[in-house]
Amino acid sequence: MIVTGVAGRLGRLVARRLHRDPRYHVIGLDRRPFQDRPKDIEHHQVDIRSKRARDVFRIHRVDALVHMGFMHTPRATSAEHYSWNIGGTDRLLEYCAQYRVPKVVVLSSANVYGPRADNAQFLTEDAPLLAAQAFPEMRDLVEIDHMASSFFWKAREVETVILRPVHILGAVKNAPSNYLRLSVIPTLLGFDPMVQIIHERDVAEAIACALKPGARGIFNLAGPGEVPLSVVLRELGKPTVPVPHPLAKPIWRAAWRLGLNSFPVDEFDFIRYVCMVDASRASRELGFRARHSLRETIHAVLDSRE
Amino acid sequence: MGAGHWLRSRIDRFVDTRLGPDYEERSRALTVRQNEYGFDPFGFSLGSVKYAVLVSRWLYRSYFRAAVHGIENVPPAGRVLLVSNHSGQLPFDGLVIGMSLFLDADPPRVVRSMVEHFVPTVPFASYLLSRWGQITGTPENCRRLLSDEEAILVFPEGARGISKPFSQRYQLQDFGHGFMRLALETRTPIVPVAVIGAEEQAPAVNIKPLARLFGSPSFPVVPYPPFVPLVPLPVKYHLYFGEPIYFDGDADDDDDQIEPKVRTVVHRIQSMIHMGLRGRRGIFW
Repeated sequence: MIVTGVAGRLGRLVARRLHRDPRYHVIGLDRRPFQDRPKDIEHHQVDIRSKRARDVFRIHRVDALVHMGFMHTPRATSAEHYSWNIGGTDRLLEYCAQYRVPKVVVLSSANVYGPRADNAQFLTEDAPLLAAQAFPEMRDLVEIDHMASSFFWKAREVETVILRPVHILGAVKNAPSNYLRLSVIPTLLGFDPMVQIIHERDVAEAIACALKPGARGIFNLAGPGEVPLSVVLRELGKPTVPVPHPLAKPIWRAAWRLGLNSFPVDEFDFIRYVCMVDASRASRELGFRARHSLRETIHAVLDSRE
Repeated sequence: MGAGHWLRSRIDRFVDTRLGPDYEERSRALTVRQNEYGFDPFGFSLGSVKYAVLVSRWLYRSYFRAAVHGIENVPPAGRVLLVSNHSGQLPFDGLVIGMSLFLDADPPRVVRSMVEHFVPTVPFASYLLSRWGQITGTPENCRRLLSDEEAILVFPEGARGISKPFSQRYQLQDFGHGFMRLALETRTPIVPVAVIGAEEQAPAVNIKPLARLFGSPSFPVVPYPPFVPLVPLPVKYHLYFGEPIYFDGDADDDDDQIEPKVRTVVHRIQSMIHMGLRGRRGIFW
C-alpha cells in the first residue's frame, strides 16, 4: 500500500499505524526524506508528479493508496500549490485507475465546508463545499475533494473513501495546532465559536478503518465532542489577546507581510464562525469512534514527540 | 489575573445567592446533554445561563409581571414546536416565553429559539446567545434539535412581526411555512402561544426613509426618550398556551396544501389573542 506525504508528521504516524498490521506492506511516497523510518517501510523520495512515482505503481501490486501528501505552505505561490496538489492528485488517481488499485483513501478536511455565519451547527457530507468563496487559499483542498468525489463516481470498481476530519491536533504542523502552540494567542473580541477537534492518532485510526474492504464514500470525522474555543485556550493555560475584529485583519495582514506570523488572514473566520460536522456516518459505516478524550486531544498539541 | 479571578468568584457568589435554592432545584431538574466541560453540542451551558436567568427572571417576575395561562398544555417531555405571535421591536416575548417554561412549567424545560442568520456576525451576541441556548435559524438545526426531543420556539412572522408599527398591534402578519413543513417532517406537535402585552411595549412608528438609508428592515421610533425602542414600557404580559395540535401530511406538499394547515395555527393564535384581550383589565396591570 502506498502512502503519500509519508514524511510529514501525520504521514509518519499513519505509516507506523499501518505497518504494524502484518497484512500491509507500506510504501512511502514523498519528496522529503523519511526520518527514523521503521525498516519494513519502503520509502521513495520522489515527486508525486514524476515518472518515478508512476514506476512505483507499475512495479508493485498496489492494494491501496492513502493520499495525504498535500502542500499547504502558506508562503508558496499559488502556481506551485496548484501544480503539486491538483496536478499531483490528478496523476495519482490516473495511476490508480490504470494499475487497478482497488482502494483509494483521500484525506481531505472538514474545512472544505468553510466557516460561515449561516452554517448549520452540524454539517452533513452533502453540504456544499463553500470554503473557497471567502478563502481562495482553500481552493486547492476543495478541488482535490471534488476530484476525489468525481473519481468515486467514475471509477466504480475502485473503493474510494474521502475523509473530512475536523481540526487535527497533535504534534502535526497544521494551522490549528500551530495556532494553539503560539505563546500568546490572538482571539477575536466577542467571538467564541464552538469547535471540534480530533487527535492525530484518531485520524490515523480512521484511515485504518477506511482501508477495510467494503468501505467507500465520503465521511466526516469528528473527535470526542465540541467545545467553545475559549475552553480549549483555557485548558492550555495560554495568555490570549482579544482583538476587535475590524482591527484584526489589517494588523494581521501587516504582520504577514513583515513575515512575523504564518497564518493567512482569511483563516480568522475559523475562530469567528462555526464549521462543525455531523460524523454519524463514519461511526455507522466505518465503525470509527475517537478514542481520545477532549482533554487529551487538546493537550496533544503540547506533545513534543519528534 | 488575581483581581479578575477574585471579582469573578464574588460575582458568582452574588448570582448564586440571588438565584436561590429554587433555581438550583429547577436547573437540576432539566435534562441537558453536557460534555465534560459543561456544554451541549449547540454551545448551551448551564454555568453561563445563570447570569442571564438572574436578569430575565427579574424582567419576567417584576417588570413584566407575566401571567401564565395553560402552561400544562406544553408536553413535559419530547419534541415540541411552540409557535407564537411576535411583536415589540425587541424580542422580549421570546425571553418571557423561555422564562415561563423554566420557572413555571412542571417539570421545567429549556426552550431554544431560532435566531436570525446575522446574529453570529455580531460580537458578543454571537456566542452569548448560543451559551444561553439560542441557535442559528437553519432548518437543519431545527430538525436536529427536534429529533433530540427538545422544545423549540418559532416566530413564523419573523421580522415582519417584531418590527411592525404600533398601529398594527395584535394583527398577525403573514406566517412563513417552514415551521409547518418541519412539524410534518419530524411529526412534532405544535403548541400555539399567544403573547399579550408585548405588542404595546414599544409603541413605535416606522420611519421608512431612514430604514432605507441604513439598509435595515425597519427604523422604529418611539415617542419618548431615547426615541429608539431600547427600553420597553413596563406592560403586563399575559401568556396563553393552547392545546397541542398534531398535523399529518407530506412535508414536501405544494404550498396550497400546507397553507390551510398554517392557517389553522394562525386562527388558533388569533382567537387566543382575542380571548386574552377581552380578559385583561389594562395594559399595565
